[in-house]
Amino acid sequence: MFPAILFYIFSATIILSALMVIFSKDPINSVLFLIFSFVNAAGIFLLAGAEFLALILVIVYVGAVAVLFLFVIMMLDFNIENIKKETKKFLPLGLFIGAILFLEISLMIYTPEIFSNEFKIIGKSYTSNLSNTEILGNLIYTDYFLQFQLAGFILLVAMIGAIVLTLRHRDYVRRQNISNQINRESKASIELVDIKLNDRDNNDN
Amino acid sequence: MIIELGHYLILSSMLFTIGVIGVFLNRKNVIIILMSLELILLSISINLVAFSAFLNDSVGQIFSLFILTVAAGEAAIGLAILVVYFRNVGNIEVDKINKMSG
Repeated sequence: MFPAILFYIFSATIILSALMVIFSKDPINSVLFLIFSFVNAAGIFLLAGAEFLALILVIVYVGAVAVLFLFVIMMLDFNIENIKKETKKFLPLGLFIGAILFLEISLMIYTPEIFSNEFKIIGKSYTSNLSNTEILGNLIYTDYFLQFQLAGFILLVAMIGAIVLTLRHRDYVRRQNISNQINRESKASIELVDIKLNDRDNNDN
Repeated sequence: MIIELGHYLILSSMLFTIGVIGVFLNRKNVIIILMSLELILLSISINLVAFSAFLNDSVGQIFSLFILTVAAGEAAIGLAILVVYFRNVGNIEVDKINKMSG
């Protein structure tokens, strides 16, 4: 009874805040509602018994992705009024396509074959007393190790790509050139000059 | 009141539909389109976790973890492209992104 009530509360909040993400005027409000919907999705994951994914969702999305969105929105000060003017124009098209899509998905869900018992044979059941994180670790580091490393490689490529895209060299910024500093030798940079005393005397006169 | 698989699937399909509507609706703002993509990926994640819970198979949660990875990378790359585009052009309106020259 109590988890069902929690499920309905969480899912209603997810749907409402997702609607607010789409329809709100200010992109910053959109990001904040996105954070709220992710937190509620973490609650849904907890109810489904996936504690590790719930906390990872909070850490990755709320801690990294949403903050990234916030930074980018605050960095680019674009004109909100200019952007929001034509939202109404695409509302009928969007609602039409959304209604068709939702109808199709619902028809697919309510096909009775989905809920038949044949699907339940597939899963290897883990009814041991291990926790969710231990089960996931046992699977990731054995059967899905190649995929796990590929995920790490995707993150590496994303990191390098973001750095390469946003890096820019400006001419008026003086930077430290470390290889030049290290390759510098004393013979090339220091020169001993003999000064003749007579010349100096001549110059003074 | 027992929560079944169908409840999760309906929730996930509603979220997916909201994300798709968001892509169609915000023709001007790329950032909200990226957020709608995050909503779509979240709905797929919910779907996988629900099937993993009800089929008693933990592999679905691993795939959800990989979806999370791809979503984080996609957000980083998308926002980096957005920053570069804004630096070059000065606005981020989607309708005006139809020139590929230089």
